[in-house]
Amino acid sequence: MRQLISIELYKIFSKPRTYIGFGAIFVIISAIEIGIKIKGDDMFAMILQNLSDRFIFEGKLINMYGVGYVILNTLWIHVPILVALVTGDLLAGEANSGTFRIILTRPVSRVKLIISKFLAGWLYTFLLIVFMIFLSAVWGWILFGPGDMLVMTTKVSIIGSDDLIWRFGCAYMYGFLCMTTVATMSYFLSALSDNSIGPIIGTIALIIGITVISTVGASLLKPVLPYFFTTYLTSWQKFFNTEFTFSMISHDILIQFIYILAFFFITLFYFRKKDILS
Amino acid sequence: MAPYIEIKNLSKHYGDLKAVDGLSMQVMPGDIYGFLGPNGSGKSTTIRMLLSLIRPTSGQILLFGHDLAVDRYQTLGRVGALIEKPDFYNYLSARKNLEILGKLSKVRNLNSRIDEVLDMVGLLPRAKSVVRTFSLGMKQRLGIAQALLHKPDLIILDEPTNGLDPQGQKEIRDLVKSLSQESNITILISSHILFEIEQIANRMVIINKGKALVEGNVHDLINGDDRQVTYIVDNSDSVRSILPGSAWEPKFQKSSPDRVWFRITKEEIPMLTAYLIEKGIRIYAIEPVRSLEDFFLQLTENETIN
Repeated sequence: MRQLISIELYKIFSKPRTYIGFGAIFVIISAIEIGIKIKGDDMFAMILQNLSDRFIFEGKLINMYGVGYVILNTLWIHVPILVALVTGDLLAGEANSGTFRIILTRPVSRVKLIISKFLAGWLYTFLLIVFMIFLSAVWGWILFGPGDMLVMTTKVSIIGSDDLIWRFGCAYMYGFLCMTTVATMSYFLSALSDNSIGPIIGTIALIIGITVISTVGASLLKPVLPYFFTTYLTSWQKFFNTEFTFSMISHDILIQFIYILAFFFITLFYFRKKDILS
Repeated sequence: MAPYIEIKNLSKHYGDLKAVDGLSMQVMPGDIYGFLGPNGSGKSTTIRMLLSLIRPTSGQILLFGHDLAVDRYQTLGRVGALIEKPDFYNYLSARKNLEILGKLSKVRNLNSRIDEVLDMVGLLPRAKSVVRTFSLGMKQRLGIAQALLHKPDLIILDEPTNGLDPQGQKEIRDLVKSLSQESNITILISSHILFEIEQIANRMVIINKGKALVEGNVHDLINGDDRQVTYIVDNSDSVRSILPGSAWEPKFQKSSPDRVWFRITKEEIPMLTAYLIEKGIRIYAIEPVRSLEDFFLQLTENETIN
């Protein structure tokens, strides 16, 4: 099994498309960090215009945590595309290139192959998130340094810098869980298709489509909205609630786990029986 | 000795389409077994079922005496295969591709074995080249190298000469023959070209519409007594005029202005030729068409018409 995973990882990291994800994250995060460094004061002044009449803000409001929060907000739509780019290709890519014919005629269990490919794709997703954390932290530290974070949702809260690390850690872990759901869905679509484009576009279309439908038809879909995993993609923000308790996020985590398991086991069941015609 | 491949009443249906329909055959150890049929006759579907890429609708496949459905891992470890066109990870080198496949097959002393098989197919100097840069012929040879990598007892080749130029086709045929003779590997080779099977195989089956039509020893099938012979002459009327009352009259089949067809045995060809010359007929050419070839041509012509 370990050998199968290392083979799959080798294949993933031998493909140029794998590095598109890391490259895109580097460009986007760098652009945000540098952009905020240059124009951040004006931007924050505009945002805080209404509040500055009633509050006096002291200290570094633009700091590595604040920018990290902005990055998390910005990337929730980009990262699924980058995840799907690789995970959507894991099975469909083999079908498309005809290489299933040379690997599945070897004494390899389809179940083990499915598990190892998924784990390799999952590890890629993990590395993508770690890269995002690393880049965000390094850029933030160099350009801004630490400080307290101002969070504006339905209320304005200030979270001290010593209280932020665990919140960011949990937010990223939850983000990783959501991206695992995206990866598993993309993997499932990949099993259905003999062409990588379908699963990649399909994943993005489903995420955007469900999100748009949920937003536009919120009143109509209200009874089913709690069952869509897309409803909870931004739940990482809950970790920045000053009165955060685990019960606030437990349902969201459960829904993500249910989707991950459902997509994975359907993929496994389907691929075990699939006729390789490509 | 048990057959290396034993197929019993194998069928694969896609809805109403019967891709393979009650096929049975046996490949014995040491055979180069020709699997012949026109395009769309069910060859590739059968081969994919033999390699567990496709699940049969019904029937049984025994490889080395073991049921494939039960002992998939044990049996596939002894089989090497090249199915249709040779596809690889194009972004990796030939060596890296073989390394991945060798690890999947748990090949011992993998690096030296890779050198061995690459050398065998003449690709050792290109071992580090990315497969994307290979010609079809080179990919085909790499396909055979990967099939040989784990020292299989049985190799299954699905139309291995497809798309190759005549020189490439001959190279593959020579390679297949040498594998059988020097390495004592049993080979199942599919093709839609009778000539190819005739050149390589010792036993064969012809299939069409998923059913076996003829099975047996290639020599016996090809050199059967019954054959149609075409005589190209200056004027077929002169031939027809000398036939009545002769021993050749019942053997006459049909004629066109410059051609006359007889159904005769191999031994009768020189006798009839001598008779015609003696009667003053000018013969420009003699074209024997063997019954099997005739039969196969009919199959493929029907296929083309359809």
